[in-house]
Order: sequence, then structure tokens, then C-alpha cells
Amino acid sequence: MIAHLSRRYLFSASHRLHSPEMSVAENQATYGKCNNPHGHGHNYILEVTVSGPVDQSTGMICNLVDLDECVKREVLLRYHLENLNMLQEFTETVPTTENLCIEIFEILQRSFSYAHLDKVKLEETMMNSFEYAGGRELTRA
Amino acid sequence: MVYLTRKAEFAASHYYHNPAFTAEENQRIFGKCNNPNGHGHNYTLEVTVKGEVDQRSGFVVDLKQLKEVMNREVLDAMDHRFLNKEVPEFFTKIPTTENLAIAAWQRLEPKLHNARLHRVRVYETPDLFVDFYGEE
Repeated sequence: MIAHLSRRYLFSASHRLHSPEMSVAENQATYGKCNNPHGHGHNYILEVTVSGPVDQSTGMICNLVDLDECVKREVLLRYHLENLNMLQEFTETVPTTENLCIEIFEILQRSFSYAHLDKVKLEETMMNSFEYAGGRELTRA
Repeated sequence: MVYLTRKAEFAASHYYHNPAFTAEENQRIFGKCNNPNGHGHNYTLEVTVKGEVDQRSGFVVDLKQLKEVMNREVLDAMDHRFLNKEVPEFFTKIPTTENLAIAAWQRLEPKLHNARLHRVRVYETPDLFVDFYGEE
């Protein structure tokens, strides 16, 4: 029997939305307050969903300790209390929450092998959130 | 097709232990959850049903009936219980959140008549939940 497990994590980081391909006026028009050269920060909530058959001997899809350790090591340590613009993956890519969500999905896709990665959801504030499932449609809303 | 979700809360205790494992294996795999005296959670059960809107009532399903089925089939059996010792499914299966979601589905699915069960979601804590959509 396939079940889907979701776990939520918190990290805080700062960013500035600015594209070198746009003029100053265009950046301002596109990103508004998010274009402030000094940056600003968010408390991001990361929701990771994995799925797989429930192992009859443990009752689990995968061991939560393994998932927590992987997310902590590969994602939280990398992003928590950092300025996203200073990181290698955002030197040429604007650190919007869309791009961060995709990046985190790809990191976990590479590093977590104990269950299938369904999707990554990233809440930037209580009012907006982004989901990425490796390009797949979200069929089980 | 419209989807409708109803929530309910229940509090229960459990522990994780597989008699086929050695004491060391149980400890290594389940960690603190292996404490035989158990520990508890405030669970949230979220049931999503789907169906067409009935033209006369404007309902997908009568919420009162759905609530009654959830109470009778799941909450009455699990609320303020020690899952391993008082809920038959968990005499043999380990009461993980995964197995709880599956058990809730299996209890609810045959009792719902006017709408089809779409998803059962069980929150063990606000930052951990499991979704079950039936056999995939």
C-alpha cells in the first residue's frame, strides 16, 4: 500500500530579487520592494512529501530520522541564516521562491534515496507558497 | 466534481515495536518511540470526499452524516485509547502514522454511500502528516 508522508521544516534566509539582464527601472518595476539593494528576509517553511509502500515490518514508508538528517544536512545547513544571493546556485539565477523550491527539490532528488520524492512545497510567508514536483503535475491535491 | 474536507481531532497513545526484531533492533529502528509504556499525540484526522453536487440539496455529502461516520468508525475507537492495546488493527500492525491513515481509510471507505472517499490525511503533529488515497 502506497502512502504519502509530509514533513515540515523551518529556515530563515535573506535575498534580493534582481536580474542583471534587466535595467534598473525594469528591475524596480518587476520586483518592487524585493529589489531593495540591501535585501530582506523570510522565515521559509519547507514541506517535503515522499511516498512509497509501507514496509510491513516497520509500518513506515521510510525512517523519519533518515529524512530529517538528509534535509538538515543538505538543505537546512545550506540555507538557514544565509543570504541566498551569496550562494553559488544564485549567482546567475534570481533567488525567487520558485527557483529556491526547484533547487531544493533537485538537491533532495539527488540525496534522498529511501523513498520516492513526490514534491517540495515552500511557503515564503503565510500568504504565499510554491510547489514543485520535478515538472510533474500535482495530481493528488 | 467537488471535493469536501472535514477535520476531527483525537488524542491517543502508542509505541513502536516489532516482536520479530531483537530488543537492539527495535531500539535502533524506532528510537524513543520504542518505549513500551507508550507516548501520546493529538492527532488530526482530515477526510476528503468527492462527488457531484446534488441539485436538490446543493451538497456533495451531508456533513452531519460524514461527521457521524467519522465519529463512529474512527474517533469512538481511537480517541483517548492506547492504540497498540485497544485498537484491533494495531494488535499486529505497528501504529505508525502511515498505518493509522490506512486504518482510517479502511474503516471509512465501506461506510460512505453518497460520496467517494478521496483522501485520508492524518497529522501526528503539525509538522508531520501522512496521506492515503486507497490502493494506487
